[in-house]
Amino acid sequence: MTATAQPFGDTSLRRTGTDWAGLAFHGVLLISLLVSLLILFTLISDVVTRGLPVLAERGTDFLTAPTSSRPARAGVAQGIFGTLMMAVFVAIIAFPIGIMTAIYLEEYAPDNRLTRFINVNIRNLAGVPSVVYGLLGLSIFVLALRDLTGGRSMIAGGITLAVLVLPIVIITSAEAFRAVPRALREAGFGVGASRWEVTRLLVIPHAAPGILTGTVLALSRALGETAPLILAGAVLGGFSTGSKGIVEQIFGRYTVLPVTIFDWARRPQADFRELTAAAIVVLLVVTLLANAIAILLRNRYDGASS
Amino acid sequence: MATILTEPEAATPAAPDKTRPTAPRPEGPAPAPADQPAPSVAVDLRGVSVWYGSFRAVKNVTFDVQAHAITALIGPSGSGKSTLIRAINRMNDLIPGARVEGEVLYHGENLYAPHVDPVEVRRRIGMVFQKPNPFPKSIYDNVAFGPRIMGYRGNMDELVEGSLRRAALWEEVRDKLKQSGLALSGGQQQRLCIARAIAVEPEIILMDEPASALDPRSTLQIEELMAELARRYTIIIVTHNMQQAARASDFTVFLNMGEDRAGYIVERARTTEIFTNPKNQLTEDYVSGRFG
Repeated sequence: MTATAQPFGDTSLRRTGTDWAGLAFHGVLLISLLVSLLILFTLISDVVTRGLPVLAERGTDFLTAPTSSRPARAGVAQGIFGTLMMAVFVAIIAFPIGIMTAIYLEEYAPDNRLTRFINVNIRNLAGVPSVVYGLLGLSIFVLALRDLTGGRSMIAGGITLAVLVLPIVIITSAEAFRAVPRALREAGFGVGASRWEVTRLLVIPHAAPGILTGTVLALSRALGETAPLILAGAVLGGFSTGSKGIVEQIFGRYTVLPVTIFDWARRPQADFRELTAAAIVVLLVVTLLANAIAILLRNRYDGASS
Repeated sequence: MATILTEPEAATPAAPDKTRPTAPRPEGPAPAPADQPAPSVAVDLRGVSVWYGSFRAVKNVTFDVQAHAITALIGPSGSGKSTLIRAINRMNDLIPGARVEGEVLYHGENLYAPHVDPVEVRRRIGMVFQKPNPFPKSIYDNVAFGPRIMGYRGNMDELVEGSLRRAALWEEVRDKLKQSGLALSGGQQQRLCIARAIAVEPEIILMDEPASALDPRSTLQIEELMAELARRYTIIIVTHNMQQAARASDFTVFLNMGEDRAGYIVERARTTEIFTNPKNQLTEDYVSGRFG
């Protein structure tokens, strides 16, 4: 080979010039990351620096005291209980219905126009503003079904939230089922497994980590919602739960942490600002704990299936 | 190579089919040994067409498959080999819009008759796929999967060992049955899939290019295994590899893609016939590598 035909010019291995465009892109990516981290850090540090003194001063009293109009006595006990109960409602209503809907849509439903229509509309439902679900909860679970739910009750709010996150559960679970390789299903059918056996023994275990990820997302969303619950009967301001049992509380008045935060944030007294920050810290911890449990579950499943 | 060619010959018990005296048939194979009362025709396709929606992928295919022999389906891409083999155990049922016309007769019964349960069909007619697809489970559980869902009550350990032995995998995995099937090499995974298929004692094993994702040594192992398995099972294999068809099969069905892009049968004969003395010019061109 002589050096006559060299379409790419000099063939030396030495680096020539600097790839400015590549470096600039790298820089932009880094800046984007730093901006989001900075915003997050500012928010958290602000809330924590203002909220921690309250938590330190009041200690467990802040966590166990009911709402009150006097800042020195106000606590988040009812909010914590309400938020945890919302998680329970979402877990027992939205998760099973959502996951089973996804199984039906992905594994059983024929691929026809109706199925596609339903799929598109579930996606649309996930995009509906949450306040609209609040109105739905108000008109159906609070008013129309008041004899069953007890009106502005915890159960009405819980069902409203479950309905709110149902499309998210369905969509993320359906994604998880869609990600199961066809070869796995074929292998099952190939040894004479029925659709139910393939779904139960192969498809669901394979999709389980993805489903759990979806349920974590849905749960976080539900625990952070404020607007729909204000419409669906959560109490803004003080109320007494006194010595009511859990069942009475489920059918009775309630509040949740985000609603407590909203209530306190709009009060004129300066002391409530610090209480708001402290309540936000508590909400963050509750949400992170819920996520951590779900992630632990997922990792355990992941380990078991592979 | 010589052993591979001769073994299946000896293992072919097929007697001339008395039930269909008019059926065109290549020169009859050796008569069946007296201790082999198995039917000579394992499955009989009559006028089978396979449609995907409005597209006909396979057109009017008629041939029968000799029991306890290896039948190879060869042909260029798009000639419908995989579609056709999947029609034999109703695997195409899983593809939306797929439908089959004509009859696939198995013990005289049309597999597409309304009362036939496709799950039951797939238990009798097992399948090994192009890409090894073990379950993400242990080696043991892979093999035990089929028997378990069938409610097998015998000694599972023995069944698993026997299946792995017959798939020529036992010696390599006997000490690591609890390990994941996915940790095996490609060739071992494919033999695991074969063990999984034979654990439910099918009558017919369909193999859709079982060696196309494997290295030459693993390919040879699979071919030797097929020859061994043909003593007990009927094997239908799709292959792109003409040397493989020539080496490993007793009968060859040559398919081609027609003008309308539907696959059709050009010629079906004993493998030696197809490769040394084909009746059709297309077959000769294909097996000599002039197209496809």
